[in-house]
Amino acid sequence: EALVLNDPDFQHEDLNFLSRSQRYEQAIRKSSLMVMKLREYGIADPEEIFWFKSFVHRGRPEPLDLHLGMFLPTLLTQATPEQQDRFFMPAWNLEIIGTYAQTEMGHGTHLRGLETTATYDPATQEFILNSPTVTSIKWWPGGLGKTSNHAIVLAQLYTQGQCKGLHAFIVPIRQLGTHEPLPGITVGDIGPKFGYDEMDNGYLKMDNFRIPRENMLMKYAQVEPDGTYVKPVSDKLTYGTMVFIRSLIVGDSARSLSRACTIAIRYSAVRHQSELKPGEPEPQILDYQTQQYKLFPLLATAYAFHFVGAYIKDTYHRISGDINEGDLSELPELHALTAGLKAFTSWTANAGIEECRMACGGHGYSPCSCIPDIYVTFTPSCTYEGENTVMMLQTARFLVKSYTQVSSGQQVTGMVSYLNDLSRQRIQPQHVAARTVTVRINDPVSLVEAYKARAARLVEAAAKNLQAELNHRKSKEDAWNRTSVDLVRASEAHCHYVVVKLFAAKLSEVSNAAVRAVLTDLCLLYALFGISKNTGDFLQAGILTSAQITQVNQHVKELLAVIRPNAVALVDSFDFHDVHLGSVLGRYDGNVYENMFEWAKKSPLNKTQVHESFHKHLKPMQAKL
Amino acid sequence: SVNPDLASERQTASFCVEKLTALLDGGTEQTRIRRAVVEAIQSDPVFSSENQYFQTQNERYEAAVRKAVHLQKKMHEMGWTENGPEYKYIYRALSGDVAFLLHRVFMRSISMLGSDKQIAKWIPLATQLRLIGSYAQTELGHGTYLQGLETTAIFDTATQEFILNTPKISAMKWWPGDMGRSATHTVVFAQLYIHGKCYGIHPFIVQIRSLQDHSLCPGITAGDIGPKMNFEAIDNGYLMLKNVRIPRENMLSKFCEVRPDGTYVRQGSQKINYFTMTAVRISLISDEVLTPLMKACTIAIRYSVVRRQSKLKPGEQEAKILDYQTQQEKLLPQLAAAYAFHFINNYLQELFDRGYREIQRKNFDMLPELHALSSGFKAVITHHSTAAVEICLRACGGHGYSLLSGLPSLYTKILASCIYEGENTILLLQTARFLIKCFMAVSAGQPVPPSVTYLAAVKPGKCPAKNKSDFLSPDIYTEAYQHVAVRLISSTAAKLQDLIQSGAKKYDAWNQCTVQLVQAAKAHCHYITVKNFAETVEKLETKAGIQRIMKHLCDLFALHGIFSNTGAFLHDGYISAAQMDMVTASYLDLLAVIRKDAVPLVDAFDFTDKSLNSALGSYDGQVYQRLYEWAQKSPTNKMSPAYERYLKPLLHNALSKL
Repeated sequence: EALVLNDPDFQHEDLNFLSRSQRYEQAIRKSSLMVMKLREYGIADPEEIFWFKSFVHRGRPEPLDLHLGMFLPTLLTQATPEQQDRFFMPAWNLEIIGTYAQTEMGHGTHLRGLETTATYDPATQEFILNSPTVTSIKWWPGGLGKTSNHAIVLAQLYTQGQCKGLHAFIVPIRQLGTHEPLPGITVGDIGPKFGYDEMDNGYLKMDNFRIPRENMLMKYAQVEPDGTYVKPVSDKLTYGTMVFIRSLIVGDSARSLSRACTIAIRYSAVRHQSELKPGEPEPQILDYQTQQYKLFPLLATAYAFHFVGAYIKDTYHRISGDINEGDLSELPELHALTAGLKAFTSWTANAGIEECRMACGGHGYSPCSCIPDIYVTFTPSCTYEGENTVMMLQTARFLVKSYTQVSSGQQVTGMVSYLNDLSRQRIQPQHVAARTVTVRINDPVSLVEAYKARAARLVEAAAKNLQAELNHRKSKEDAWNRTSVDLVRASEAHCHYVVVKLFAAKLSEVSNAAVRAVLTDLCLLYALFGISKNTGDFLQAGILTSAQITQVNQHVKELLAVIRPNAVALVDSFDFHDVHLGSVLGRYDGNVYENMFEWAKKSPLNKTQVHESFHKHLKPMQAKL
Repeated sequence: SVNPDLASERQTASFCVEKLTALLDGGTEQTRIRRAVVEAIQSDPVFSSENQYFQTQNERYEAAVRKAVHLQKKMHEMGWTENGPEYKYIYRALSGDVAFLLHRVFMRSISMLGSDKQIAKWIPLATQLRLIGSYAQTELGHGTYLQGLETTAIFDTATQEFILNTPKISAMKWWPGDMGRSATHTVVFAQLYIHGKCYGIHPFIVQIRSLQDHSLCPGITAGDIGPKMNFEAIDNGYLMLKNVRIPRENMLSKFCEVRPDGTYVRQGSQKINYFTMTAVRISLISDEVLTPLMKACTIAIRYSVVRRQSKLKPGEQEAKILDYQTQQEKLLPQLAAAYAFHFINNYLQELFDRGYREIQRKNFDMLPELHALSSGFKAVITHHSTAAVEICLRACGGHGYSLLSGLPSLYTKILASCIYEGENTILLLQTARFLIKCFMAVSAGQPVPPSVTYLAAVKPGKCPAKNKSDFLSPDIYTEAYQHVAVRLISSTAAKLQDLIQSGAKKYDAWNQCTVQLVQAAKAHCHYITVKNFAETVEKLETKAGIQRIMKHLCDLFALHGIFSNTGAFLHDGYISAAQMDMVTASYLDLLAVIRKDAVPLVDAFDFTDKSLNSALGSYDGQVYQRLYEWAQKSPTNKMSPAYERYLKPLLHNALSKL
């Protein structure tokens, strides 16, 4: 941190006042510097690079993200040793800057639908790349528009007249030296977006563009000189990368929500408004129950997601060893779980950031609060790396499969093992009803059981509805589609259960009593607030009675008052540096109003005392009237 | 040519689109006038917004000023007047992208709060744009809570002037539109002091810029508050006053006057001030909330029949994404809400017009109800619509994130409506205060305004539905909504009573119940919306399939509300667990029914492509081609200096090391 913060080279004007082109330029400047400095300081550890980078770019995307995060790693994992010799060092030295071109204008999450073709020509031993339709134009890859001179392109491989599915190819797109696009390549920036101003997300269109056979990434699948296709050994391996990236998004959900909470809670302690007691000074808005009700559950959520992110990362590292030894048994569950949790946490964080912004009233609407920026930078994670609804349905597929296994008498393990209970319940029909009295709303462990029961009930309901549709209709796909709303609900309930369970489990690991006490309050708030927002599920399944729901609602409000004195300390614990937070409202010292004024004075509209529009338009008009 | 995927959707419409458009406009004549205004504006290149997504804040501001000036000319040319039937469509045609909107608020506040003499002096000057006005109420430290404003106006009997000051940084005026760069005058709200005594908030006309060279007047510090999430075209400003002296005649004095000797005189009813707020809250629903919501639905639904993704049946073409149940479940309830809110807006307008006539006759009886309804509905509609636009945005996947989809701008604009003209939570609490009062009155057998008489007719009991089709009966679901509203209002009232009886101070008890009070106010507004939708449908003509499709939308709106808030209906067993399964089944069935008419239903909103300004939502559905061509015009595709300055050295430095 200190390395970057004290380096004058990394200082610049407030980004909010710059145009998109200027922001891109600043980002490129800093990225270039960053690479030089990393080499200069000899920083090579990925974790350290990550921190260095997040301080240089203050958590924002930058044009070399795809080069560092996708191009280089893909070379490492999918290129043959010969290919690594040819490409890796030049790419490491940034002679080659690459990106990863997968998404097309017409297709995203549904990869099989991609239309770009790579046709093998044995006569010249080349692949001929084409973008046959408008929809097949590569669209969105970061760094593609202006920065990169190479791209790893995903395309449908055709050889010997047959389509062999998607494969990756290294494609040069710009001339080394002049940086001009190569003949046959049309490349550019896709224009302004909601956020990601500093990123040149690009388009790429290829017309009969030829690359040598050796440019197909051939560590797994291969095309021999005569065009013979050699199949890869296993395709489950790609799961590993997806699990890893999705676990990063869960962590990002926690971090982005934590930043927004820090800003909103600190500001709510600084802003005074209206009166609570007649005759007394205006109270801090954080003293209003409605404000606490908006913010504290989000604070609890940020902590919950933090623990979930850590859990997935640990699990991934734990089973990575197994994967390397060829044991893939735990991978399907982890893959299904991370798909759902990626969707669950990013949806929740997305809504939570907006709630934080709204809780800051008008000033939250100004970019000087930084919450708009957190939002626009975070919100695409609901879409990229797998559209959330599609992710939820992937998890649902796993849940239904597990349910079917249980129904046919098998036992399932892991996070879905609660489904085993369902078969027992059918033997003892009183079981569910008997449960209602056993839920203790002050006990996190007991609440985990309540969430478990809800998940079990919704998975069962979705699976039964699916079966009913199957009995009525012929097509499996149609039945699945007609049940998909139920299936998404089941997945959500499952993920919600997992989050509550992991949060509750974390409590026993905390040794400091005071910390454990405050985390227990947060855990209870998280779990109880979730119930009060979904009372219908708990009532309908008979897990809780109406009287208990009333108690839950009451207890949520009591917890708000309990957490209130610790609220600022709880966001201070996230330990965001002011520079990283980038928010006038969220400053550690709370000097909000003075600094807002200073900030506004720097706005481009204020560059001159009298705006040129006065001379151009207003004055002539007034003269005429 | 129209994309065949979109064309096929229009061939199967179950109703006449043109008829529905006329219904939305309030008659075929209105449709004709609206189209003529839109055509006249949008065919004029000066009003083009095509490049707005590529422009900086400075460029947007300049374009808005240019358009505002040009609009004066255009209105004159076309013979449109401020009182004519065309006027209300101008703003829609311009998508609000024009300067001097606050100038209108400036004029309205003088008309409503000024004496006849003040009106005679200022309004002609303002009408001719001899001066440009703004309206300076909100401060850095205070917004919705007006009594907390800190700007001061001290009367000096010696000079017959008010001395205006910004005593501290949080008292600086902050946010007023048109004030950062354009305005020469503004209405400043300040605490009035006479002989050391504070008389509360009053409005004063203050000149802030020279009429000659536009420079700031002595004692004035003003400027632009910087970039925002949207409203780039508007120069929201700040204003600091240091011993600024204005003549006694500049205090707007229809209701309060300061005599030369410093005597303070109050005349007429203060209640009229509430009426102004009510008027603004109702008037913003149509232009600032419904229009963006309807545009977002149009864009997302049209795009969802053009985009194909994955296969529903093996061997077939990839399916339109609108054929997926999950996509329908995202978009169709928002479409139903757009119609529901359109009809509730009509209801509020009628109520308001009636209230206005009564007030002209010095009858203020309707004011509390009007104020409560306008506050509650402003909050509920802006909140719901903001969420709806965001759903539309995210339902368009990656392309929704491009500014060229039009959706990000619609979203960032509509979400401001949750805050301005009264922060939503506070407004809901105002509605709740009214509801609790009425509930107490009803319990004591006293009369209450018409919209809350249902509180008296509490029917205990259970929902009588026996199968899923029963939930398509408006009586069944309207009653369920009524039941929930009554339950939430009465239980909160009881809780308040309990707390007070057990010794809590009134304000403490109130703060402890605010979360519940907000829920009660929402339930009330939701009930009225459903009821009004159902009653509107009943009165529609049965011809041309209009009533049938509106009935479906009404059912969908009502059932979606139950489906997404099951707990409230299950809580006391009014709807049973088994009935809730019927609700879900009925609701999901409706999605498939409305799916067939989804495109005609958004076509009926009748937005031109220029109004939508979206690569995804155009009428012809040529989405990908348009996106590709438009992106190429982006300024980022001109040669960037970044390559020469940074990339080249980086790449070459690397080369030299190899």
